[in-house]
Amino acid sequence: MTKILNVHNLGKTYTSGSKQLTVLDDISFDVEAGATFSIVGPSGSGKTTLLGLCAGLDDADTGTVELCGTVLETLSEDERALLRNKNIGFIFQDFQLLPTLTALENVSVPLELQGARDAAAVAKELLGKVGLAERIHHYPSQLSGGEQQRVALARAFSNKPRLLFADEPTGNLDEETGEKVIQLLLELNKEAGTTLVIVTHDLDLAQRTQQILRLKGGKILSNETTSI
Amino acid sequence: MAWRDGKASGKRLLLFMGSIILGIAAVVAIQSFSKNLEENIGLQSKALMGADYIIDSNQLPTEKVQKIIDSLGSSGREVNFASMAAFQKNGLSKLVQVRGIEGGFPLYGALETIPVSAAEDYKSQNGALVDATLMLQYKLKPGDSVKVGALTFPIIGSVISAPGSSAISATVAPPVILPFEYIEATGLLQTGSRMKYNYYFKSEPTFDVEALDKAIDPILDAENADFDSHTSVSQRLGKRYDNFARFLNLVAFIALLLGCVGIASSVHIYIKEKLRGIAVLKCLGATRKQTFSIFLIQIAALGFIGGIIGTLVGIALQQAFPLFLKDFLPFSVQISISFQPIIMGLLLGIFMSVLFALFPLLSTWYVSPLEVLRVQDSNAPKSRKAAVVVLLSIMTFIFCFSFWLLKDWRYALAFVLGILVTFSILVGISLLFMKGIKKYFPSSWGFIARQSLLNLYRPNNQTMVLILAIGVGSFLISTLYFTKDILLAKATLEENMKSPNIILLDIQTNQKDEVAKTITPKGLPILDNIPIITMRMHSIKGRPVNDIRLDTTSTINQWILNHEFRVTYRDSMIASEKLASGTWKNDIPENGPIPISLADNVARDAQVIIGDTLMFNVQGVLMETKVASIRTVDWGRMQLNFSVVFPEGILEKAPQFHVITTNAPDEKASAQLQRELVTKFPNVSVIDLRQVLTVVQGILDKISWVINFMAFFSILTGIIVLIGSVRTSKYQRIKESVLLRTLGAKSSQILKITALEYLYLGLLGSGIGIFLSLISSQLLAWLVFDSPFIPSWVPFVILLPGITLLVLFIGLSNSRSVLNSPPLEVLRKES
Repeated sequence: MTKILNVHNLGKTYTSGSKQLTVLDDISFDVEAGATFSIVGPSGSGKTTLLGLCAGLDDADTGTVELCGTVLETLSEDERALLRNKNIGFIFQDFQLLPTLTALENVSVPLELQGARDAAAVAKELLGKVGLAERIHHYPSQLSGGEQQRVALARAFSNKPRLLFADEPTGNLDEETGEKVIQLLLELNKEAGTTLVIVTHDLDLAQRTQQILRLKGGKILSNETTSI
Repeated sequence: MAWRDGKASGKRLLLFMGSIILGIAAVVAIQSFSKNLEENIGLQSKALMGADYIIDSNQLPTEKVQKIIDSLGSSGREVNFASMAAFQKNGLSKLVQVRGIEGGFPLYGALETIPVSAAEDYKSQNGALVDATLMLQYKLKPGDSVKVGALTFPIIGSVISAPGSSAISATVAPPVILPFEYIEATGLLQTGSRMKYNYYFKSEPTFDVEALDKAIDPILDAENADFDSHTSVSQRLGKRYDNFARFLNLVAFIALLLGCVGIASSVHIYIKEKLRGIAVLKCLGATRKQTFSIFLIQIAALGFIGGIIGTLVGIALQQAFPLFLKDFLPFSVQISISFQPIIMGLLLGIFMSVLFALFPLLSTWYVSPLEVLRVQDSNAPKSRKAAVVVLLSIMTFIFCFSFWLLKDWRYALAFVLGILVTFSILVGISLLFMKGIKKYFPSSWGFIARQSLLNLYRPNNQTMVLILAIGVGSFLISTLYFTKDILLAKATLEENMKSPNIILLDIQTNQKDEVAKTITPKGLPILDNIPIITMRMHSIKGRPVNDIRLDTTSTINQWILNHEFRVTYRDSMIASEKLASGTWKNDIPENGPIPISLADNVARDAQVIIGDTLMFNVQGVLMETKVASIRTVDWGRMQLNFSVVFPEGILEKAPQFHVITTNAPDEKASAQLQRELVTKFPNVSVIDLRQVLTVVQGILDKISWVINFMAFFSILTGIIVLIGSVRTSKYQRIKESVLLRTLGAKSSQILKITALEYLYLGLLGSGIGIFLSLISSQLLAWLVFDSPFIPSWVPFVILLPGITLLVLFIGLSNSRSVLNSPPLEVLRKES
């Protein structure tokens, strides 16, 4: 199998006043194309930072990230944006929908940024898949938390990504709604054959992925394959 | 608690304090300057007039008046009139105000000259003092000569300032001062010369000038003379500048109001973000009063600090006013610090910030502790009754403050209504526009253009406030441009050979053919040859004017009784006239009153209608007339208009003088003609309308500069409001931009979205402002100036893109951090 994400000796330190805070230290792992992968750990363990560095949202201090066969450190900010736009999907804990856009428009954004002509049709189809066919013209403020996350889910798949990053996708949802969203996420993922990287506190959710990376204090505790 | 909370939000609060600072600075600067102007006029009233009081007349004093003058003991006298002066050094000539002075004038103040000794020397050396600007323009030096009428005088020095000469009148006809005794010999005191005799008096400090005025003014009026005390002159002057200062005060007040709108909007956003915290405080047991007070104290403190800074800036700024206004003021203004504007500035700072913040502050009163438990933001709660009370208080305050500025409740009401209408229209049009965009959203546009348009609707957007701020500023500035256009259009000369651009005045009957013979050989046309006869009103509807003067119940306007009318005769109306009532009559009855035509303002002020009789004193001969027609006259046209017109066949034999008009194709031809006329006919005054127009344009430019300066405050306040609002929505913008970047947007795409958003705002705000000013200027042209209005291209070509680019620049320069924020920073804040 080919590696879609290859992280090597990754390190990140933040400076707060005169103090240096090491958030990630010597992180190395890889993810195979089409696999499901979770990153778990307590609050402050560096999960979100790691996800951000993997997606090229920030620069690492040490080490390299190779995403979809490209070393991120060699790319400019715009080149990384282009890489994300073509290959990556995102789901956030707090949905991150644009408040001025309807559900349909929110889902269309990644395709519109590419200049795709069929953005609306693709978005409509995806919203139908996540059960929001009737609410495509609603604004985020008119949708419940679960519905907003389903819109985010549809958006994440709209550009047919090779890799999907999900940061605590159920963190702001109740258990029942959260479960529905996860079901949907895994279904869509399976259907599209996308690689899935999830950051989560939820060990049960992590157990549903093929590989679990455990972090603590910015270091890898373990990197194990599950029984799935 | 107020301090602790305010400290944490310090930077954000500082910006909206900026809006109040500018508004207060504008009001304090104008108020302080007005106060100083008033005090200076009071202090310098004697120096402005040059005496304690004067008796003046448009003719040599009658025996009765001379007796009064002699008994009061005049200390100096003057005769002044407009005439041509020729400068032999360069062969140029110019219409000047000749002032023949005798005795100790000025009795107060000084005749400022270069050299200083010239103020006295011109009398002993039988020379002339010439206006300093004219000396510069015509490259004249002391020792050169000036020809006035039949006499040539050596120039002894230049006049910098003289009591009785204002800077504006000097631009049209600069003063030339001569010894009184030579005036007669110039030969210029002839029929038709519009001369004025002034007799100057000095009195003991305890002398009651007002009592003297009351006692002798009716006698003087009956003898066509007038009494003026230094206090009445200063009152008149004060009133004139008061009107201008009031206007500037209102412009400053609008800037302040705009700042207040900015405050209300910023506090609204600020409080909305605090509501959750307030709900937490309430959960912890804080009372309504306590939570309300926390923010009330913050706002009042801000208002107080803003008031102090604004007042200090205003005081510093007023130092610049004498420089801007020096061309309009007949004296130099000594700037001192007066306390009233300072106290007013401080109080206004607190009062207006609290008043305008009250509306959003109400939310803190009504917010429920339950908000803590809600995930979604709910709209800020308010009581409708409380909101109405706050709105009424705001309107009452605006009314009271404008009443204090204008001293007339009707004007104040009109101002408040005007503000309401302008603000409502601006808000209304922008609301309509926004709704229109939403309804007919340009779905076919590309993502970037659509996204930037949608940003105008983002939560907590300040689109309306921004459009209001940009709109009011653009409205003010473009209205000023358009108004200037209207005024100038009225004064524009038609560029064809049939329209006169040179007027020759004071031509004696025996000179008119010779003057015509000087003009026509040069290929110039004689366009008009108008006879003018001077006369005074003797009786109105059979009642002698002397009786009307003594009748304290009479409402007939005084000027009608005292005015020396310049009347002409002709057989038809001219282009600037329209018949309002009656019929134009050319048939003269053998017996009975002569049918005449009156201008509507004369008929109104004399309270006469068609068929009423008027008796005129035509230089000693009484002539009975009947009002046959009443005309509306466009006095703004650059041509000779008359308030009283006789039919032909009556006044031909009366002593008269003539006005001839011609058209010189260029300045060279005009100068050549003037030179020749001055040499041949020294008594003939030449008015070159092109030069007058240049002067009018110059004056309007200066006035509009001052007004633009004040309107600039509105723009500046608008900019502060703009920066404030950009900052307020900064976090939201960062979130949006980062999200877009995370989803794959390039920097250039984000930059374009941000730029387009500000471009829309700038275009919308300035576009609506200019559009509104177009409508209001059209109304002004119809209702006030009664003139056609052809809009200038300046607001469209310069103001619209200028303001839009300014908004774009401010928006983008304040969004740099938004564009540069790494995506992960925001994601981390969120998680």
